[in-house]
Amino acid sequence: MNDVPALALDDITCRFAGRDGGAPYTAVSHATLTVGAGEFVSVVGPTGCGKSTLLNVAAGLLGPSSGSIKVFGKELRIADGVNKRAGYMFQADALMPWRTGIENVIAGLQFRGVARAEALKQGEEWLRRVGLAGFGDRYPHQMSGGMRKRLALAQTLILSPDILLMDEPFSALDVQTRQLMENELLALWAVDKKSVLFITHDLEEAIALSDRVVVLSAGPGTHPIGDFRIDLPRPRDVSEIRMTPAFLDLHREIWGAMKEEVLKAYQQQKVA
Amino acid sequence: MRLRSLQFGVFAGLVLLWHILTTPGIVQPFFFDRDNQAAFFFGEPIKIFRAIIDWFVTGEIFVHLGVTLLETLLGFVIGATAGLGIGLWLALSDTASAVMEPYIKGLNSMPRVVLAPIFAVWFGLGIWSKVALGVTLVFFVVFFNVYQGVREVSPVLLANARMLGASQRQLLRSIYLPSAMSWVFASLHNAVGLAFVGAVVGEYLGSARGVGYLILQAEGTFDINTVFAGIVVLTIFALILDAVVGVIERRLMTWQPKAGVTEKV
Repeated sequence: MNDVPALALDDITCRFAGRDGGAPYTAVSHATLTVGAGEFVSVVGPTGCGKSTLLNVAAGLLGPSSGSIKVFGKELRIADGVNKRAGYMFQADALMPWRTGIENVIAGLQFRGVARAEALKQGEEWLRRVGLAGFGDRYPHQMSGGMRKRLALAQTLILSPDILLMDEPFSALDVQTRQLMENELLALWAVDKKSVLFITHDLEEAIALSDRVVVLSAGPGTHPIGDFRIDLPRPRDVSEIRMTPAFLDLHREIWGAMKEEVLKAYQQQKVA
Repeated sequence: MRLRSLQFGVFAGLVLLWHILTTPGIVQPFFFDRDNQAAFFFGEPIKIFRAIIDWFVTGEIFVHLGVTLLETLLGFVIGATAGLGIGLWLALSDTASAVMEPYIKGLNSMPRVVLAPIFAVWFGLGIWSKVALGVTLVFFVVFFNVYQGVREVSPVLLANARMLGASQRQLLRSIYLPSAMSWVFASLHNAVGLAFVGAVVGEYLGSARGVGYLILQAEGTFDINTVFAGIVVLTIFALILDAVVGVIERRLMTWQPKAGVTEKV
């Protein structure tokens, strides 16, 4: 194992210009966050605190106002394009509605110029792995929300990214489907231990999945205020692990750190 | 099937009503002084039908129809292609669209049919002055739809494609174009009609061939039946062209969800 972190956000500040000449809005201020190689890190925080902003910075989709991002020790510059070693699963539906399932899955391979026959072979394999074998010729609108999420997962993982960025990917799913997907994600992750940065507002989900949970403060000017190691044994079953005393202790501890921020965010939203 | 027969019923009813009200001697004139005046102003369906049949039997119509269709198609294709190309360019380039905005707005608000005499001077009385008029009409409809379509591409879809490694060219091909397509087809249905308007108006103003020319000649001799016959022929061919666009649209847009349609098992 090398000690170079997969992803190192150093002193990141993101300030957005105010609308119609209003005061600028500081979404993220002086945030420092690292994800080790092969580590599963979750970031939790109250709604609207700038979690997605932080993830977009890590993906190279958004340039920070100040601070630096290192990907496996190499500086990421926004002018050079996106973070090429990362795959990104969006919160919203990001599948191309005009492509069938299999065509969506192999999109990334096509962009890289992989021969079609080879791409289709890998695509079928990934459809099987996410449990969608035989659904490749359906269009996204003909699939359920859970199936679309699996498809998005296959679309991202087929490129075998070293870093996986996930922005509340399962938040739109019902509880049962969600736990199934979480278990599947863990199973896929266990195979080749990618580095994962997982954003969620759901503390239980964060604890159940991660090696480490980072708690963010309420916005504006979000920054990490707590960093908790989750030493629950693996492999885990997300629905069962929620009942264990160790899980509940961790939950109580982290919630203690989070609670104040959640209330703060709630007050702000009520005023606004 | 039931729908088709109802649709045909409406058509047959209207034609029958037209026939009864215009043919001299069927009903007493209640608006005009003499019983052949209604026929003079509104034509008679049977004579119109006969005029159309005559045109096709003698083959007289083909040269005129061919010219009008050629003008329409050229105007449509050139205008739509230019609209698509320039629409994409301006939508993707912020500087270009900011610079061109007032000119595009100005050209669009201008009643462009007034350009017809100028085009006649520039391009002569042959087909190209009509094509030019058709192009100016078609261009803006397609242009604005493409522009809008590209501007409304989902940012998440774009970000996702970029993360999957798409280059600018690949973004254009796999995201912008397909995303703008539903807007483009909506505009093409309008554009077909406008290409016809360009061709026929151009022919009214000065030509030696074309269905517009036939109509103009007939009007000169107060031959109202032939005027109507020309209108009917134009309408039928506009419908055919529109149907062709519809067929191409369905071919290319198979991915679009059809609301509330279940498949038979």
